[in-house]
Amino acid sequence: MTSMTTSSGALSIRYQLTRAAFSLDVDLELSMQGVTGVFGPSGAGKTTLLRCMAGLEKCDAGRLVVDGTAWEDSSARVKRASHQRQIGYVFQEARLFPHLNVSRNLEYGLRRSAAGSSVFDLDYVVNLLALKNLLDRKPVTLSGGEVQRVAIGRALLCSPKMLLMDEPLAALDEAHKEEVLPFVERLHAELKMPIVYVSHNIDEICRLCDQLVVMDAGRVMTQGDLQSVLLQTEQPMLSGKEAGTVLFGRIREYDLAFDLTRVETAGSQLWVPGHFGSSSAELRLRVRANDVSICLERPAKTSILNVMRAQIESVQDETGASMLAHLRAGDDHILARITRRSWSDLGLQPGDSVFVQIKSIAVRNRLAS
Amino acid sequence: MNIESLSLDWPGLGALWLSVKLAAITTLILLVVGTAIAWWLANTRSRAKPVIQSLVALPIVLPPTVMGFYLLILLGPYGAIGGWWVELTGSALTFSFTGLVIASCFYSLPFAVQPLQGAFESMGRKELEAARTLGASPIDAFFSIVVPLSAPGFLTALVLSFAHTLGEFGVVLMVGGNIPGETKLISIAIYDHVESLNYAAAHALSLTLLGFAFLILLTMFLLNRRLLRHD
Repeated sequence: MTSMTTSSGALSIRYQLTRAAFSLDVDLELSMQGVTGVFGPSGAGKTTLLRCMAGLEKCDAGRLVVDGTAWEDSSARVKRASHQRQIGYVFQEARLFPHLNVSRNLEYGLRRSAAGSSVFDLDYVVNLLALKNLLDRKPVTLSGGEVQRVAIGRALLCSPKMLLMDEPLAALDEAHKEEVLPFVERLHAELKMPIVYVSHNIDEICRLCDQLVVMDAGRVMTQGDLQSVLLQTEQPMLSGKEAGTVLFGRIREYDLAFDLTRVETAGSQLWVPGHFGSSSAELRLRVRANDVSICLERPAKTSILNVMRAQIESVQDETGASMLAHLRAGDDHILARITRRSWSDLGLQPGDSVFVQIKSIAVRNRLAS
Repeated sequence: MNIESLSLDWPGLGALWLSVKLAAITTLILLVVGTAIAWWLANTRSRAKPVIQSLVALPIVLPPTVMGFYLLILLGPYGAIGGWWVELTGSALTFSFTGLVIASCFYSLPFAVQPLQGAFESMGRKELEAARTLGASPIDAFFSIVVPLSAPGFLTALVLSFAHTLGEFGVVLMVGGNIPGETKLISIAIYDHVESLNYAAAHALSLTLLGFAFLILLTMFLLNRRLLRHD
């Protein structure tokens, strides 16, 4: 049972619905700030959940309390229509209005939001998403990345209390994804509203989210802050070849000669390739289990830059030849995927003190203050 | 405009004017009624849908005389609609212009509903849903998004209803007869001229109608091309 009182500053979501071959039964309590990723395979009900929140789906029972106000409560027969929910919805296929140019698309929601309640003005959004040169164009003339930027801008301009993003990058190729991602990261940094970000791409999730909800077959499998949920490798969705952890760190120095940046994380120092701006800026590092190996002694001669002392906390058997080891380096959690044979040859046991080598690290600007 | 004096100048003009008037009024009514029915058909999951769809499409397959016969009964002084009308107004619907308007609405209904339903269905609900999340009420979203995006469907519905009503013959003959200035439409005037072997007059009227119909369709297809472009 959900408690009937919801503290303000929280987003309480509860939905049940049954379809022919699918049922959704979700009960979530989210924070009213930051980005919450909803991650799961296709068919998990992620989109249906967002559609329920936006009032676009008929459900058997539903309750949505936003910052202390019930937008929907089937037990009390409260149900705001879609247009009365202050939601910015970004659809996977953008859904720009083809008969209106970009600026009319942007203004569509702006004109319909209650006067004086505008959270953003047009100029701010146009700058935030770099839309200035697109304003007179018709949607059909835009690239996939541009279309999504306009769709995000349009959603922001309807003065939402939260932003729901349904796989906004899934329809884009890699190049266009990279074009749009920095803008989504900026939303994260600049907006004070909660963002619910649906994706089946763990890399996007790791770049953007603070909180993570894992869904499968219409149910919430687990939820929590990003770093701790990523460690729950007993979840099939989190133990695949993309399994890994996210470390938060601060820039300490930049080595111009080798184009390397030294980052201090909670438990160690890491060298990462590239220049990431001013010293002491925060960075997000993604370390995949497949890029981490284990040594019993500190390797003396290795091409790998990042070697650190760590302790094996636990190990998880996988089908096939591999095992997934959970390690701790100071306050950093690291996953390493090694073969069962290596585990056995090295005589590894939980509790052992070892060295880990990290072959590559994906670095993402972490713009959140 | 004094139709009687005009029809003295040129016997066909009164009938043409009456046909255009009937077609215009019928089209206006069908744009409202047909849009509502088409919207319901495009969006419903009701099991009644195929039944309603078949009823709407009946005028396409039925001989106009059959349609006309049942409409005559329905609109007649003892019929469901006609009887009620007599009680309400004291005059009969059959053999009156109002009766023709009602009959035409039934007769031309599929020509309004089908293009609209097709347009609504092919448009889907995507943009409509986007509009709703951006704060548009259902009515607002309908007029600001659905209508412009279904414009070709509306144009087709408008032109087909108008043109089809203009060319009406069998149904009119059954429920309206041949009363000059009231129910004598251009198609009936042509028939009359042929009956009385006045081929010259029949030619004049037929050619007028032919040219008119062609111009309407041409305008529609030209406009449709422009409406479909969104660049």
